[in-house]
Amino acid sequence: MLYREAGQFKATYAEDQRIFPIRQDRIAIALILVFFFVLVPAFANQYWLQAILVPVLIFSLAAIGLNILTGYAGQLSLGSAAFMAVGAFAAYNFMLRVPGMPILVAFVLGGLCAAGVGILFGLPSLRIKGFYLAVATLAAQFFVVWALTKFPWFSNNSSSGVISAQQVKILGYAFVSPESKYLLTLAVVTVLALAAKNLVRSSIGRSWMAIRDMDVAAEVIGFRPMRTKLSAFAISSFYCGVAGALYAYTYLGTVEPEGFNLDMSFKILFMIIIGGVGSILGSFLGAAFIVLLPIFLNISMHVLGDAVPKGLASNLELIVFGGLIIFFLIVEPHGLARLWQIGKEKLRLWPFPH
Amino acid sequence: MKLKQSALIGLAVAAALGTAAVQAADQYVGLPSYRVGPYAAGGSGIFGGMIDYFQLVNARDGGINGVKLIWEECETEYNNARGVECWERMKKGGPTGNTVFHPLSTGITYSVIEKAPADKIPVISLGYGRTDASDGRIFPYIFPLLTNYWSQNTAKIKFIGAKEGGMDKLKGKKIVNIYHDSAYGKETIPVLDAQAKMYGFTVKHIPVAHPGNEQQSQWLQVRQDKPDWVILRGWGVMNPTALKAAAKIGFPRDKIVGVWWSGAEEDTIPAGSAAKGYISAGFNVAGTNYPVIKDIEKHVVAKNKSNMEDKSRIGSVYYNRGVVHGIITVEAIRKAQEKYGKGKSITGEQMRWGIENLNIDAALLKKLGAEGFMPPLKMSCANHEGSGLVKFQQWDGDKWKVLTDWIESDQKLVRGMVEESAAKYAKEKNITPRDCSKEG
Amino acid sequence: MQFFFEVLIGGLLSGVMYSLVALGFVLIYKASGVFNFAQGAMVFFAALTFVGVMELGAPFALALVITFLAMVVLGVVTEKFVLRPLVNQPQITLFMATIGLAFLIEGLAQGVWGASVRGLEIPGIQDEPIQWAMDQWGIGISRFDLFAAGVSAVLVSVLAVFFNKTRVGRALRAVADDHQAALAIGIPLQNIWRIVWAVAGFVALVAGLMWGARNGVQFALTFVALKALPVLIIGGFESVAGAIVGGLIIGAAEKLGEVYLGPMVGGGIEGWFPYVMALLFLLVRPEGLFGERHIDRV
Repeated sequence: MLYREAGQFKATYAEDQRIFPIRQDRIAIALILVFFFVLVPAFANQYWLQAILVPVLIFSLAAIGLNILTGYAGQLSLGSAAFMAVGAFAAYNFMLRVPGMPILVAFVLGGLCAAGVGILFGLPSLRIKGFYLAVATLAAQFFVVWALTKFPWFSNNSSSGVISAQQVKILGYAFVSPESKYLLTLAVVTVLALAAKNLVRSSIGRSWMAIRDMDVAAEVIGFRPMRTKLSAFAISSFYCGVAGALYAYTYLGTVEPEGFNLDMSFKILFMIIIGGVGSILGSFLGAAFIVLLPIFLNISMHVLGDAVPKGLASNLELIVFGGLIIFFLIVEPHGLARLWQIGKEKLRLWPFPH
Repeated sequence: MKLKQSALIGLAVAAALGTAAVQAADQYVGLPSYRVGPYAAGGSGIFGGMIDYFQLVNARDGGINGVKLIWEECETEYNNARGVECWERMKKGGPTGNTVFHPLSTGITYSVIEKAPADKIPVISLGYGRTDASDGRIFPYIFPLLTNYWSQNTAKIKFIGAKEGGMDKLKGKKIVNIYHDSAYGKETIPVLDAQAKMYGFTVKHIPVAHPGNEQQSQWLQVRQDKPDWVILRGWGVMNPTALKAAAKIGFPRDKIVGVWWSGAEEDTIPAGSAAKGYISAGFNVAGTNYPVIKDIEKHVVAKNKSNMEDKSRIGSVYYNRGVVHGIITVEAIRKAQEKYGKGKSITGEQMRWGIENLNIDAALLKKLGAEGFMPPLKMSCANHEGSGLVKFQQWDGDKWKVLTDWIESDQKLVRGMVEESAAKYAKEKNITPRDCSKEG
Repeated sequence: MQFFFEVLIGGLLSGVMYSLVALGFVLIYKASGVFNFAQGAMVFFAALTFVGVMELGAPFALALVITFLAMVVLGVVTEKFVLRPLVNQPQITLFMATIGLAFLIEGLAQGVWGASVRGLEIPGIQDEPIQWAMDQWGIGISRFDLFAAGVSAVLVSVLAVFFNKTRVGRALRAVADDHQAALAIGIPLQNIWRIVWAVAGFVALVAGLMWGARNGVQFALTFVALKALPVLIIGGFESVAGAIVGGLIIGAAEKLGEVYLGPMVGGGIEGWFPYVMALLFLLVRPEGLFGERHIDRV
């Protein structure tokens, strides 16, 4: 009843090409944006802003990046955290070494550096596929972390190799409070997410999907695999790089290369699998799920109190986490985004299913 | 959930007395523990020891001047983001918020360095964390207590010098520094280089890639170089692997000196007989033969309240290190109460004052039953390290044996380097150092 | 030159240890097309269970049997509750499921046996240099490493016989080639998968004992999986022989690289060097040394 597109005519090309062609979707998106931009900062407490929402947003961005590569272009990567590290350290160095560098430009440059590294490690994808490629991207993961630790220039010669992000300032306004950092993160993520949504509908997005579905066929009908694959690597790494810069500047403040470890890469991969491969919305859902689940388990384990020894309780969390992942993969292998889609189909018919 | 339980007990007691007047104050400590993953052995030992000491203080003394300690655990899995979540979750806990944060991970320490002054909760990183935070003028809320890595390294060289028969004998000696290739491992390279220049020995740094479960090439290089001493700066599985690899090439184990994160039972037992004779530094000792551990056994373990699942680990290096964490936390709270009101819960800001004015001298150590168990500690506004004393212990194939008394570190060298590094941080961050002469 | 050979031999012997872990991957990938990331966790689980049972007072042989049974149960349960419901899903989904499985097994192992790290000594085998090699050539060769190499050689021979000469082995190969065709000619797919997971569990047990004796039994045993991955790339995911040859190549190259190339860039390159090498290798042979060549048809 409510969710019905009947009667919405598309009279112009512009209307036909909208990101969200259905009016209800547009209203929903607008409401969601209002909710997160206005209501959340006004009412959420610091814990939610700093410990939950900011990391969820940042990881959503990284997941969008990986989703572009894996979900749309079909190239499996296990090195997302390394590209985040490149973004973080590059942004730091631009801020440090270029006087008066605006922070947003540093984010973009950080992303571009990550894109460059991504292209470099994407080169093997022209020859190899599947798990061979996945394992090959591990080379990026280990090499980048090693290089950032090894060469003191990257961390401005700090004896321990960690970097402390400079203060975030835009047009003289310092982003110090949790609310402002949250809003900055949200703004960057929103813009990039909308861009991604657009990108995957564009000709480049369609070329990715053609390569994903069958690269030989795509090549035959005229897509150049090199350009297509490498552009996917570049753009994916760009997103991861910006996410890494945000991770350093609006979330942790101080980061060390080892923080961007293989575990984090796997987490990001989990996000897109659980959220939905090939779905921008899924990236957000997956990130929220993977960030929140362990915290939820940890808090709910407190209910057991002292009945269970603490060591066992922590291990139970891990067991339940692993079990739930398997459970989700079995129940909904296409991810949370598919559940949303099914819901949408149902809504369309509701309340008269016939 | 200790918090809820003690609250419930408190309510029950109040109800039983029929008066609501006697509401005992609580002191809340949030514990970001880790009991799963690669470092679970360390996490469960140290947090187990700390919690057992808290229980001792509650059971034996009825808390600190009547203020009961309450605590809550939050699993971090040794992950920085999870650590930050725990910080945020626990910072408002208890009646006065989190008293103090023990990250027990260098990564998490770094992640909360800027949160600490903003939320006014002190961070104690006992024997790890950011070395230059020893300069309290620039890091008012960070306390790398007892001994930082640089100090420890100078003590190590002193120990080696003593073994060689005098510091002048170090001239021309060869030392190899085998380190975990990470922020943590790299940290001591500059201080070792500075000392090599001072005493005229040569030092070669050989990195081991994380996690360090393969070290053949490194130790073959050691065999090639034939150094007089090897300094082992390992972490986790790297330590037993190093000892095994040393045995494999026939390098004498009693010429290997480890950092204290290479010096627990967890590092030697897996290496089996290969570990015999190995020496490591430590700011606490192993063993149960100290009054404080005896008290824990009597008041906590015997009553079946110990946090340790494996009771045989009581008295191990990590467990005792946890007890040291507990002692320092409790004494700092006591100190803060002296200024801000005995029998009252204190805030994190007051706790900061407590830590900064902490003075655990020999007399107090004796009273606590921890003589020789941990070094004396005297804090000040500028000096957030407080001690700089190190003991050395040797593994006899079965347990750790104390080899030396407290060895003084070279504070002149270290302090200079600390101040230089801290000043660089202050400049980067636009921090104006506190004027310590004005602090009360 | 002596030093070179010492490094080379040490590297080859380490490589055998990598092969042991890689074998487990290969078995499961061959039979079910699953890239089983939980193999490292299985190695950890097996070693920890073995040591735990020993601590309870069981003799060596009994502990071995009990642990093997535990691994079989683990394999069967995995097949029933993880693999079967996920049949026909894309490979990446299965891969992610095995990562979930890895978390589960790690939690289970530490939950049951506690977080303490333990030592493990294989009776009679000391990890010391062999004296006469020392005297003869001045090269240190570890007794233990030689023993481990011997064990892997036996294991590979047994597996080779099992695959080539037995009925079950032939059925396994049929399943590996084509699930549906194998089903059609009456090979019970699920039984085969159960057997493969049990065999992979056994390989994990052997690897766990060897690695446990080498580094101690602790959580870090799960990391040995990372050492096995470049071996797989070089050897090919589907080849037992490839796992061995790949292991030798990676072991030797890694050690020589660390000793001779490492100092030029600051050392500590062992973490990524095998991966980069495997990557370069792939550019020449995209299916690995012994992998099956796939022809894409439109």
